[in-house]
Amino acid sequence: MIRFRLFRRKPQPVLERRPFDLLCLTVAVVLGVHAPHLPWWLTLGLALTLGLRWWQRRQRAGRASALLKLPLVALLAAAVVLHYSTLFGREPGAAMVTGLLVLKLLETETPRDARVGAAFACFALMSALLFNQSLVATVLVTLGLLPAIATLRALEPARPQTTLPRELLPALGLLGVSLPLALIAFLFVPRLSAPLWGTPNSPQGRTGLSSDMSPGDFAQILLDDTPAMRVTFDGNPPPNEQRYFRAYVLWSYDGHTWRPQARNGRPAAEEHGPVTRYTVSLEATGQRVLPALDIPVETTALAQLGPDRELLADRPVNDRLTYRLGSALRYHLQTQLNDLERREALQLPAGFDPRAHELGARWRAQYGSNDTAIIQAAMKLFRDGGFSYTLTPAPLGTNAVDDFLFATHEGFCEHYASSFTVLMRAAGIPARVVTGYQGGYWNDMGNYLLVRQSDAHAWSEAWLPGRGWVRFDPTAAVRTVHLNQGSTTAGAAAADWSPNRWTLGWRNRWDVVNQWWNQGVIGFDTLRQHGLLTPFGVNDTSVGMLGLVLAIGGALFAVPGLLWALWKRPDADQALTSMRLLEKRLAAAGVARRRSEGPQHYFSRAARALPGHRTELEHLMRTYLELRYAHEEPPADLLKNFRQAARDFRPRRVFK
Amino acid sequence: MQEALGRFRRWAERRLPALTRYRRLEPLPILLHRRRIYIAPTGFGVAFTVLLLVMLTGALNYNNNAALMLTCLLGAMTSASMLVAFRSLNGLRLTGVRHGHAIAGEPMVLQLVFTGGDHAHASIHVAMGEQAEAFAVAAHREVIVSLNLPTEHRGWQPLPRIKLWSNWPLGLFHAWSWTHPDHAVLVWPRPEIGGPPPVLPTQDGRQQRRHQGDDIAALRAYRAGDPQRHIAWKHSAHHESLLVKDFEQPEAQEEWRLDWRQLSQLVPEMRIARLARWLGEAEAVGRPTSLWLPNEDIGLGHGRSHYAHCMDALARLP
Repeated sequence: MIRFRLFRRKPQPVLERRPFDLLCLTVAVVLGVHAPHLPWWLTLGLALTLGLRWWQRRQRAGRASALLKLPLVALLAAAVVLHYSTLFGREPGAAMVTGLLVLKLLETETPRDARVGAAFACFALMSALLFNQSLVATVLVTLGLLPAIATLRALEPARPQTTLPRELLPALGLLGVSLPLALIAFLFVPRLSAPLWGTPNSPQGRTGLSSDMSPGDFAQILLDDTPAMRVTFDGNPPPNEQRYFRAYVLWSYDGHTWRPQARNGRPAAEEHGPVTRYTVSLEATGQRVLPALDIPVETTALAQLGPDRELLADRPVNDRLTYRLGSALRYHLQTQLNDLERREALQLPAGFDPRAHELGARWRAQYGSNDTAIIQAAMKLFRDGGFSYTLTPAPLGTNAVDDFLFATHEGFCEHYASSFTVLMRAAGIPARVVTGYQGGYWNDMGNYLLVRQSDAHAWSEAWLPGRGWVRFDPTAAVRTVHLNQGSTTAGAAAADWSPNRWTLGWRNRWDVVNQWWNQGVIGFDTLRQHGLLTPFGVNDTSVGMLGLVLAIGGALFAVPGLLWALWKRPDADQALTSMRLLEKRLAAAGVARRRSEGPQHYFSRAARALPGHRTELEHLMRTYLELRYAHEEPPADLLKNFRQAARDFRPRRVFK
Repeated sequence: MQEALGRFRRWAERRLPALTRYRRLEPLPILLHRRRIYIAPTGFGVAFTVLLLVMLTGALNYNNNAALMLTCLLGAMTSASMLVAFRSLNGLRLTGVRHGHAIAGEPMVLQLVFTGGDHAHASIHVAMGEQAEAFAVAAHREVIVSLNLPTEHRGWQPLPRIKLWSNWPLGLFHAWSWTHPDHAVLVWPRPEIGGPPPVLPTQDGRQQRRHQGDDIAALRAYRAGDPQRHIAWKHSAHHESLLVKDFEQPEAQEEWRLDWRQLSQLVPEMRIARLARWLGEAEAVGRPTSLWLPNEDIGLGHGRSHYAHCMDALARLP
């Protein structure tokens, strides 16, 4: 008879209670970190299953029967499919992983099962980070590794017995000592240049700015922390309040949405001051527009300047694109406006926003032909009119601008740019909306400006006689913080909190930590990896080079580890150590100690052989004998004395 | 699968002696150090590494640095656990081997004495043949581990190679070291199951032997029927009643003088088996025996140590 020995399992011992408890704790932590994105009924059901199983095994060990397990697995799959209508993807995947992990507990009866469970739990913990990689979430998940490691540790027999919380401490120690090596690996693991398979939220992540704008559109993008582009300047970077990257110029307004005007022609004429040259590394957008610092004067071969000095690439940017540009920060754009353009820049849809129209007309009547005064009046309105910045504004009705200006008073850049432009047009000043990015994070280490999707911004340009198109940012009047710290901070500040100074200070500090985490860890990418190595003269950041650096770094960290593993405490018997030293020196001088020769005899023989050292040797002998035989515990000063004498003893060789 | 692995291992040890450099006999104490500790990932370790690679790919693909950090942390922890595994064996000493007695075919209790090095050694397994025991040693402390050594034939039996291994701390790495202590145990011959009692010489000299070698074990009160000779007159003088010397051995036991030469009709192994049985029977009832062997002549005696002496002599026979 043929026996299949290949799959024959060795009989395994029954799992002890402690590792099982630890495994249950691990699974509970996994469930906890996944709870925010699982449907509540699933979390509740899984938690109940976990608790019941724990209680059942405390009473009596035993697997759940297949009659119970299989329907439960089917139920889980059915629930996931019903809720998400698919089994694939991030959320259903996480639900399946968590559910299967809990169900795995039902059949966990041997150390082998527990091992598989703990390893699987590590995977499930990692998958929680795909949803939220904030500092708090990462720290929580890392702490969640502790019971998993403790489970693995508790599976080894003949380990020191302690209480359950104390089982977690060695795991923490192990993680602690691994941290330096982990950091090295994190810094130098070569990143993928392109994802191997579809990233989870590609449709949203790829769009970034869209070509048209209606108030409320940006809410998603302003919360999106993914990088939009990185800019390296040839000289000093421009100050923050001048970092306006224009993308789309929007002329046409229908009462709800701003759209670009289909316009042909040569780029508008300009006069400009000194040119700032810079290199942009743009993330894939799927669109043709290339953001450029206001206003581009030197273009790249990849793109053409549009009539409004917007930059359009020849084909959509589907991969990261690097281009060089020159821009003028001080300029006069299009000092002459023809009739068609003036008409387009004053066009307003009929039947919308009567109160805004009326306000514009009133200003015109009040200030006469003084356009600047009208603009100042509008800015003053935004500054002092009780407007606030929030990413979650109240919804607006048909007369969006009126509702915003006279009722809700809250919104973000889109609302401000849109209503400002409408007010200008109503007052007879040609105006248009420009969207793009503003600000960005200056990276000192990498020496580049990181612009994120959340830095997306909308502002206005108004045409003034003699000066051409001038940029006005009504949002800045409301919210100076945006220009200085980026919208993430503002988003946090706009959240609901009590206006307590202490809380504010604490929140700001916490935000700095978060910012540091977001920018230092979450935003760490190929470019910054490159930036890390550049100071050491390594300009080649190929995969091979990074692998080499990784290997060297790993080896550097392996040295202390090996020293620790191999270190042996020096011989505890110091008198013996000194005696060995003496023996070595005497042997070199020609008096080697014989086997089974006592110290007294040896010293006497040495004194006879080396008459020049007689007194010294006799002193050594007396001290050694006293150390060895006179006291229960040798006195410290005597020991010190002997060690010193032994160190100083240097016999001259006898020539026979 | 297991057999194939075993065959492969035997082949590897034959072809690559460096793999098991310390397979030759060594005197005690045996210190485990870096030149003789080997380390390899366990099956679980390999599977865990594959899992880490999957996690790494996922983290890189989704450009998720937090997940990447977590994966790196787990990877670094895996490699750190390798050092811990090594260290749990490093510095451990096998300082002594004690053993009991056993007749061929029965397991012999073997006690291995381990001494800890500078640090504690957790979860060490000692494996000898099919047997394994787990133990932990504190720093500079001794631990005695008992194993059963299977025996087959009488005579000197060298200890087999002993594997010391540990999967501490996470079961990801298997650290092991082979020790082969230069120590042999003497296995006693197996007595035959049944057979005739020894042929005794004439019953002369019975009286003269009666008290020979007998020790007074205790004094007890006189009972009717006790021989007068046994009364302890001197001690009784201090007491109200008579005291009687109580002898350790029953009177009825006659000595057996066992002689190799009397069994000339049997083959040597049968002779040994028969002598072993007689010795065992005599030991069971406390009968004094003497034993004559071609290379040894053991005088009359009784008790456990005498029995052991005789059995040792039998076991050593060529």
